[in-house]
Amino acid sequence: MSSSDASDLGAHRDGNHADPHLAHHFDSMETQNHASRLGMWLFLGTEVLLFAGLFLGYAVNRHFYPHTFKVASHSLNLVLGTVNTVVLISSSFTVAMAYYSVKKGRNKQAAGLLGFTILCALAFLCIKAFEYQHKFQEGALPGKWFHFHEMAGMPGANMFFSVYFLSTGLHAFHVIVGMAILIWVLRRLIRGDFTRTYYIPVELGGLYWHLVDLVWIFLFPLLYLI
Amino acid sequence: MSQHADSSALAPAEARVYQEINYLNADRGVMSWLKTLDHKRIGIMYFASVLATFLLGGIFAMIVRFELTTPEPTLISANTYNRMFTLHGMVMVFLFMIPAIPGVFGNFVLPLMLGAKDVAFPRLNLLSLYVYWTGAALVLWGVINGGADTGWTFYVPYSTTTPMTLFPVLFGVFIIGFSSILTGLNFIVTVHTLRAPGITWMKMPLFVWAIYATSIIQVLATPVIGLTTLLVGIEKVGGFGLFDPGRGGDPVLMQHLFWFYSHPAVYIMVLPAMGVMSEIIAAYARKNIFGYKMIAYSSLGIAFVGFFAWGHHMFVSGQSAFDDGAFAVISMLVGVFTAIKVFNWVGTLYRGAIYVSGPFIYACGFLFFIVFGGMTGIAVATVSLDVHWHDTYFVVAHFHFIMVGAVIMAFLAAIHYWFPKMFGRMYHEGWSMVAATFIVLGFNATFIPQFLLGNAGMPRRYYMYPERFTALNVASTAGSTLLAFGFIIILIYLIWALKHGEIAGPNPWNSKGYEWRTSSPPIKENFEHTLDYPEEPHMYQEPGEEVEHVVI
Repeated sequence: MSSSDASDLGAHRDGNHADPHLAHHFDSMETQNHASRLGMWLFLGTEVLLFAGLFLGYAVNRHFYPHTFKVASHSLNLVLGTVNTVVLISSSFTVAMAYYSVKKGRNKQAAGLLGFTILCALAFLCIKAFEYQHKFQEGALPGKWFHFHEMAGMPGANMFFSVYFLSTGLHAFHVIVGMAILIWVLRRLIRGDFTRTYYIPVELGGLYWHLVDLVWIFLFPLLYLI
Repeated sequence: MSQHADSSALAPAEARVYQEINYLNADRGVMSWLKTLDHKRIGIMYFASVLATFLLGGIFAMIVRFELTTPEPTLISANTYNRMFTLHGMVMVFLFMIPAIPGVFGNFVLPLMLGAKDVAFPRLNLLSLYVYWTGAALVLWGVINGGADTGWTFYVPYSTTTPMTLFPVLFGVFIIGFSSILTGLNFIVTVHTLRAPGITWMKMPLFVWAIYATSIIQVLATPVIGLTTLLVGIEKVGGFGLFDPGRGGDPVLMQHLFWFYSHPAVYIMVLPAMGVMSEIIAAYARKNIFGYKMIAYSSLGIAFVGFFAWGHHMFVSGQSAFDDGAFAVISMLVGVFTAIKVFNWVGTLYRGAIYVSGPFIYACGFLFFIVFGGMTGIAVATVSLDVHWHDTYFVVAHFHFIMVGAVIMAFLAAIHYWFPKMFGRMYHEGWSMVAATFIVLGFNATFIPQFLLGNAGMPRRYYMYPERFTALNVASTAGSTLLAFGFIIILIYLIWALKHGEIAGPNPWNSKGYEWRTSSPPIKENFEHTLDYPEEPHMYQEPGEEVEHVVI
């Protein structure tokens, strides 16, 4: 942002100055919202780097054990994986619609859409738990617990399930955090905090949820399809 | 000069006024500190915290040094020795040096330098301090209780097979990472959104550029160390086998993940130090900074190539020869960017009107150490040489030249340069020069023998050594006591100055830096009203104008 932008924003500030959401150190709501969005995008960048390490682990081990990874990925339940993908993509759509509705001032509709998104998150976790339980019973939990008979004697089978449980586990943790954020946003929405002009928490919560979705969109084909 | 005085809201520098109602006493009580959102108070709390961790890390270092005065067991058992150097490394790297300059001076002066009232997210800023405290407490509790004896690098399989409970330490490092991320994120957004009208990108003080480049590394690299500590912790507790060749895993993968953060982390430490030096050298040479743009861009250059140099830590870990070569060349590029800065600093000093003071002595020490440490860095980045020096005291001496020689010199210089702004009082300049001399000489005496030891083949982290290394080890320990003595002198006169120092006035150094254009100590809101910024931040004379000595 150049200095001329800054003074333009300064010119707008009289109209916004009474805004209770404006912190004392910002000159206008525009600047403050810009700061919030930039902060969120940077945070999402850190999340990408966090998962990058696990994707690297996947790439390295797939390179070491290509055949095992192929066989092991077929042992996962493709139907449940696909259902979960659909659930998450739908929730991404509804959270985007919720943001749009708040912007249009239709807060009730937005609350419904957010509620649906949270239900989707819950459904995703239930399905995932069901999948995990099945894998535990098969003995796919890696390390000292590993006794997966179907894949006995295949080198690297343990590695596939290490990467599988670590990456889907970390993702599931993000789903839980995302859910908590969306519940907080929903609570504030119902309380009437958001208006046509102030909706930045809905936007940022939505952005976070999209990231959770996006990580799954990469995990799903890597773990289930190829 | 007159034009400057018109645009500035300050009383002239001669009027040494103490701002009676300032950020330190605007609100009273412990809770007003613990709940503050003021970036200056948060900076002060970081200051107190990192001084405590520095003291702790220093004590561990002295224990290690005293143990090594004789080839045989001297003070402590072998196991305690392992724990001591691990403690020293972990405390100094994660608890002291990474938060030191950004946490203290980034917080305190960066908003002042931008003419802002605060950082972009004040609550997040306070949170990052609490997160730091939590992580630091966990690390300290973990090392004292469970004990860590793996070295600060916690390589597998040491870390997965040691009988000690490493988990709290790893978890503490993981938590501190969040503090670093949040601080970096906050500074990036602050620089983008809170520059006062008139401060364009090319008019930002060079310290701000350095912190900006640092923040990029903090935001992008720290998540990877978070994941690494998490994975090592899971390995230790659950034994998934990701790094265990016995289960098909790869220990070198852990080293890659570790150094992907921990090499750029060196630049998290040294870039702010370089930023401090750009400010101080211009201020004490009383001359326009030479090559402003080159200094600014080379910070970004170091941040960028720093991400692709990590493999030079793994020349003997079984990387391919091609990887070795590629990482070696990229590592040397860091030297190019550093040299650009060094030439510009020397160009600034050339024919300047130099004012010799404590900070200036540290700046001279810094220039020597960064060149010496940098050149030996090029040497250890050369694969064939590194095979000889790897894991010897040569490497220890090299990185201490950068981490202590460059970073601590800059940290001390920053303390002395900004102390009058932070507390509104001056310390005794004569004593500051005595202490600085002790420290620069003590530092050389400590670490130059270590270069020789390493080259002669003494490995790092060993409890005992052959008889023939004794003389140099004694020399090194003697040097470290000089160094410690210097720190004690500083502590004494600074504490004295807090109450009894002369009144500093808004701008005791007659610096042109933007942060000096408010009262000392600054008021809670930083500035009485929005200032104009007609001049560049390191502008001491018009083109063609002679340099001018000042009496301070």
